[in-house]
Amino acid sequence: MALESQLLQYLFTGVTVGSIYALIALGFVVIHNVTGIVNFAQGDFAMLGALVAVTLTTRTPIFNRVFVADFDLPLPLGIVLSVLIVSLIGAVLYFLAIRPAKGASIVSLIIITIGAHFAFQGLALIAWAADPYGLPVFTRGGPLEIHGAILTRQNLWVIGVTAVILLALYLFFERTMLGKALRACAINRLAARLMGIDANRMALLSFVLSAAIGAMAGIVITPSTFMGYDSGTFLSLKGFVAAIMGGMNSATGAVVGGLLLGIFETVGAGFISSGYKDAIAFIVLFAILFVRMSVGVRKGQSQFEEVGM
Amino acid sequence: MLQLSDISTYYGQIRALEWVNLKVNPGEIVALIGANGAGKTTLLNTICGVLSPKHGQVLFDDKPISHFAAEAIVQLGISHVPERRQVFSGLSVSDNLLLGAYHRRDKAVRQDLDAVFELFPILKERQKQAGGTLSGGEQQMLAIARGMMSRPKLLMLDEPSVGLAPLIVREIMRIIVDLCARGTTILLVEQNAKAALQVADRGYVLETGRIVLEGTAKELMADEGVQKAYLGKGNRLQLARCRIEAGGYACLTDSSIETCVVCPTRQRNKA
Repeated sequence: MALESQLLQYLFTGVTVGSIYALIALGFVVIHNVTGIVNFAQGDFAMLGALVAVTLTTRTPIFNRVFVADFDLPLPLGIVLSVLIVSLIGAVLYFLAIRPAKGASIVSLIIITIGAHFAFQGLALIAWAADPYGLPVFTRGGPLEIHGAILTRQNLWVIGVTAVILLALYLFFERTMLGKALRACAINRLAARLMGIDANRMALLSFVLSAAIGAMAGIVITPSTFMGYDSGTFLSLKGFVAAIMGGMNSATGAVVGGLLLGIFETVGAGFISSGYKDAIAFIVLFAILFVRMSVGVRKGQSQFEEVGM
Repeated sequence: MLQLSDISTYYGQIRALEWVNLKVNPGEIVALIGANGAGKTTLLNTICGVLSPKHGQVLFDDKPISHFAAEAIVQLGISHVPERRQVFSGLSVSDNLLLGAYHRRDKAVRQDLDAVFELFPILKERQKQAGGTLSGGEQQMLAIARGMMSRPKLLMLDEPSVGLAPLIVREIMRIIVDLCARGTTILLVEQNAKAALQVADRGYVLETGRIVLEGTAKELMADEGVQKAYLGKGNRLQLARCRIEAGGYACLTDSSIETCVVCPTRQRNKA
């Protein structure tokens, strides 16, 4: 394969993987902006979305093969229902774990989400055992070939769905009063409360929204990779790295971070070794934190110099 | 319209307000003056529901509201323009204003937006700009306008003059009088006692969590203690340090204390 087509191939794969990271990162950012919490159960929303969609659309043995789920719904309906169910799970997480801890420090709340992650993982293990699950591709047909690089139809679905979600989120935050109220809450919670914006309701909304985005991300990658009860862990971690790359509070940053991380990973895996694929994300994370810290230190110094110290 | 009786508010173990009694009648501008840390902001936060008092009662239109959440109190018709303006910096001026009317479900919001633009023409010019890019004075106007968008019966302003040039302060005070003339009752909290008392009908002086003096704006301006402590005439001195203890008064034997509303032995003697 010529280098050109090889690079193009890495780019295609990178953008596809990166889209998923971007969606997970968006979930992190939405909750973090409104509540200050880093929700480490974010990847589990993706896992749950995928597994619920599988259960609804194909014959799936569940609960240690005691029951067989035989809904056999058409795929689009299954997907919509799955997103709704996972949104509901997001709300349940908020009411059961976050709301009762009202007044606790942010660190405690973050630790609660880590607990929620293990709870989701455990429940998923009980429900679906340790089997890997897949979904059929959304549209049949051969892959596209561009300059010797292969782009599957499912890759296009992933990129397309990400783009649609981004557009929908943009419209929601820029054009609707509810979206603006959510942003107001993120900018200044006290002032938002004084406007009669219910901060608790906004926090609930952020959890529901993040759960829905996460579920969609999980569903759309499941045809190209397998999903199991423990897939949430690595999705959370990668999405977290992507969110940090983007600064943790900007939706655009999260998307750019996700795409960059996806591209770094595939290029790194391609040129160095696929064994290092996962290490790359964390090397990137360390590099960013290191640079930020040293920049922060230098800024601090120059501020001291400005005031003549 | 608004009545506080025997309010005490705590931050954990620390008492920030002590037996505060205060009344605002419909159509009035009431000034609350006091130094930094006297408890002025705490008082407003107690009224608007951000803090809840340990004891005492807040009555609004004869209804107790002390244990309502802040979100609910706005809907009753109390609008709080917080200190340091707190505009939504990343949102446009018109979005800031529309969020001020967030809880309203009626159709007149657009109409009110136009009315507010009429009152603050500068905001109309800047309606597409992000709130954070406005100057200090413009941000203060935005904060007041945003507060008015909820159609409050009572508007509470927390230090609207802080950090502004004298000319802008005068403009803000003119706006406050204007709003009052249009039917909004105003509770004005200020460190700038001179500006506040010039526009107010009545006033209260708050010191270390207690109301130490109350009266009409004229009376307060003429009061020797107020003049010395807040209007820059003579040296600073405290108005009173007498404390209410359980079942009695602990008066300080300090000759600098001339008047005190707390202590019956040194009631303000009207000249």
